[in-house]
Amino acid sequence: MEPLSWAGIFTRLFVQLWPIWAALIVLFAVSILYRRRLGLYGKLFDSVVGMIGFAIVMFWVFVALFADMVITHDPLAQFSGMRNAAPGSPLRNAEDHYAYFLLGGDALARDVFSRMVMGAREVLRIAPFAAMISFMIGISLGLPAGYVGGRLDTSLTFVANLVLAFPVILLFFLLVAPEIQNTAIPRVMAGILFLVPVLFFTVLLNARFFTQPMKRNLYVGAVLVIGLWAYSGLAFNLDPLGLWGMSPNLLNVFVAVVFVNAPTVFRIVRGITLDIKTRDYVAAAQTRGEGPWYIMLWEILPNARGPLIVDFCLRIGYTTILLGTLGFFGLGVAPESPDWGSTINQGRRLLTVYPHAALAPALALMSLVLGLNLLADGLREESLKD
Amino acid sequence: MLLFLARRIGVMLVTALCLTFVVFYLTNLPAKLETLAKTQAGSRISDAEVATWLARNGYNQPMLMRYGEWLGVVPGWTAETADGGITGRCYQMAGHADPQTVAVRCGLLQGYWGNSTRFRAPVSDVIAARLGATGWLMLWVLIVMVPMALAVGVLAGMREGSRMDRSLSTFAIASTATPEYVSGVVFIALLASSAVGLSPLLVSWGVIDGPVLFQGNARSAIEKITFWNFALPVMTIALYGMGYIARITRASMTEVMTQQYIRTARLKGVSFGTIVLRHALRNALIAPFTVIMLQIPWLLNGVVIVEVLFSYPGFGWTLFEAAANNDIELLLAASVVAVLVVLITQLISDIGYVWLNPRIRVA
Repeated sequence: MEPLSWAGIFTRLFVQLWPIWAALIVLFAVSILYRRRLGLYGKLFDSVVGMIGFAIVMFWVFVALFADMVITHDPLAQFSGMRNAAPGSPLRNAEDHYAYFLLGGDALARDVFSRMVMGAREVLRIAPFAAMISFMIGISLGLPAGYVGGRLDTSLTFVANLVLAFPVILLFFLLVAPEIQNTAIPRVMAGILFLVPVLFFTVLLNARFFTQPMKRNLYVGAVLVIGLWAYSGLAFNLDPLGLWGMSPNLLNVFVAVVFVNAPTVFRIVRGITLDIKTRDYVAAAQTRGEGPWYIMLWEILPNARGPLIVDFCLRIGYTTILLGTLGFFGLGVAPESPDWGSTINQGRRLLTVYPHAALAPALALMSLVLGLNLLADGLREESLKD
Repeated sequence: MLLFLARRIGVMLVTALCLTFVVFYLTNLPAKLETLAKTQAGSRISDAEVATWLARNGYNQPMLMRYGEWLGVVPGWTAETADGGITGRCYQMAGHADPQTVAVRCGLLQGYWGNSTRFRAPVSDVIAARLGATGWLMLWVLIVMVPMALAVGVLAGMREGSRMDRSLSTFAIASTATPEYVSGVVFIALLASSAVGLSPLLVSWGVIDGPVLFQGNARSAIEKITFWNFALPVMTIALYGMGYIARITRASMTEVMTQQYIRTARLKGVSFGTIVLRHALRNALIAPFTVIMLQIPWLLNGVVIVEVLFSYPGFGWTLFEAAANNDIELLLAASVVAVLVVLITQLISDIGYVWLNPRIRVA
C-alpha cells in the first residue's frame, strides 16, 4: 500500500473524529438556541473569542470522553516495522487493524495518534479535579482570612507565601519522587487536603439550613456519607467498596499539583473578600445577626464568582502545563503512560530526525491550554459587561 | 521606610529558614539516605552495613541537629575511628585530621557546602560555574523578553478594543498557553532539524552551509555564545514569560489611558505619540516592573526545562541532575540558591513598588 498524502491524512483524521464533530454540533446548536436563558454560560456565545475557546476545550473534552471510539490502535500495542514510521504510513499485514498510522509511529512502534487521544483522557482526568480541590482549599482558607483578618490572616498569609516562595520545579523534584511515595508524606498531605472539600460542603449546607433541622440533617448527612466514603478511598485507599481509589503515583502527582495551586487561589479569594466585606449587603447580613460562615459562604462567595470562574479556567490550563512538566521530567508517571508530558519526553530524544512523535502531543497540549485561556478571556469580557 | 525594610528582611529570613528546613527534611529522608549509602559504599551491601555506614558518616543524629550542623550553628559531629584517630563532619570537609586547624562549626554559614557525589567536586565550585552559565542565559532572556513584552503591552493598551489590541492580546494569550517544553519542541522541529522544517529547504537552496540553520543543542554555548546556538533556548524561555508581562502592561496602560490628565493633554492638542511616550508610559510601567521581578522565579522553571531540553549545562540542568542522581549536598545547595533568588526578587519587587509609586506610604 502507498503511504497517505497529507490531504489523505487530514481527511482520514476528520472522518475518524466524527463522534466529536457530531457532539460539538449538537452542543453548539442547543446552546446558541437557548443562550438567552442560560445566564453567563449563554452570554459566552456573544463573544467570538469565548466561543472559539469553548469549542477547543469541548473538542478535547469530547475526545477524552469518546477516546475508545476514536483511537485507531491500542495505544500500548507495538506493531512490527512501524518504529518511527512517518505520518500516514500503511500498516504491514493489517488484517483486523486500522490500515494506517495516521500520525506515524513512535520509537517503540506505537501509534502516535492513538496515544495522543488517550493522553487527553489522562490529562482531563486529573487537571479539572485538581483545580477544583485547589479552589475549595483556597476558598475555605481565603474567606476566613479576609473576613476575620487579624492573627488568623497573618499566619495563613505567611504559610501561603511560604509555599509560593518555593520554586515549583524544586517542589516537584522533592515531592514527586519514588522515595517519597514509600513514606507517609503523600498520604498525610492527601489526608489534610482532601478533608477540606468535605468540611467545605458540610459547613456550606449547615450555614444555610441550620434553621431547618430536618433539611439540614438530610443534606449534611448525605454530604458526610458520600464525602467520607470518597475521602477514605482517595486519601487512604481504604474504600470498603473499592469504587474510589488512586494509585500511589497518581496520588503523589495530585497532591503536589494541588499543593502548588492552592496558595494562589487563597490569595485571590482573600483579596476579593477584603473588597466585598465592606459592601452594604454584608453589613445588612451582620445586622440581621447572621453567623460568620453564612455571610462568608452565602453572601460574599456568590458575589465573588465572576473572577473565580475566570481564574478556574486559567487554573485548569495551568494545571495541564504543570502535569506536562511532571511528565516531561518523568516524575510520578506510570511507565508507558500515554499522557502528553511523558510522550513529549520520550519523543525529544529523536526530535531532530523524527519530530512527529513529540510534536503531536506538544501541539495537543498547547491547543487545550490555549482554548482554556481564550475561554477565560471570553468569560472575563462577558462578566464585566453587566 | 527603614522599619518597613527591616520587617521585610526579617520575614524573609524566617521564610528562608523554614524553606531550607523543608528542603533539608525532604532530601534527608531515610529512604534517600539509604540510596546514598548504597551508591557510595556499593549497591549490594546489607541493611546492617547501610546502618553502620550512615552512623560512621554522622547521618544517625536527629534531623534538627543535623540541620543545625549543615547550617553551621551547631558544632559538627566528631567520632573516633577504628584505629584511634579522630573524624567528624568538619574533619571530612577539611580533608585532614589536625584538631588544631579544623573548625568547630562547618556549615553553610561558614562556607562549607559539601561535596557533590554526581560531579565529584566541591558543591560551591559546581554551583558557581553553573550559575555563571545560567546568568548568561537569563541575561539574554531578559534582554529579549522585557522590551518585547512592554512593546506588545503598550501597543495593545494604547487604543483599547482596536484591531491591533485584539491581535496582540491574542498573541499574548497564545504565548502564555505555550509552555517551554512545547515551544522548544516546535522550534527544534522547525528550525534545528536536518530532516524536516526549514533547514533542509535552505540547504537545497544553498543558503546555508551546515546541515541545520540553528543548533538544537546549546552545549557549545558554554565556550562561545553565538546567535545560532543560543537563539532557540533564549526564545523558548522568553516566549512563555512574555505573554504575562504583556497582559499586565496592557491592563495598566488601558487604565492610564482613561485618566483625566490624558484627556486634558489630548484636548490641549498634544499629539498621540507624545501622550503615549511622555504622559502615559511612566505611570503605566509601575505595575509591570513588579511583575517582571516576580517573573524571575517563574523563569527558573523554564530554565530547568530549557537547559535539560537543549542540554545546556547551567544551573537548571545541575538541579535536574542532582535530583535525578540523589546528590543530596548539591541538591540542597541548589535549593538554597533558588530559594534565595526567589526571596530577594520578591524583596526588590516590594521595595521597587513602594519607591516607584508615591501614592503608597509605608510607616
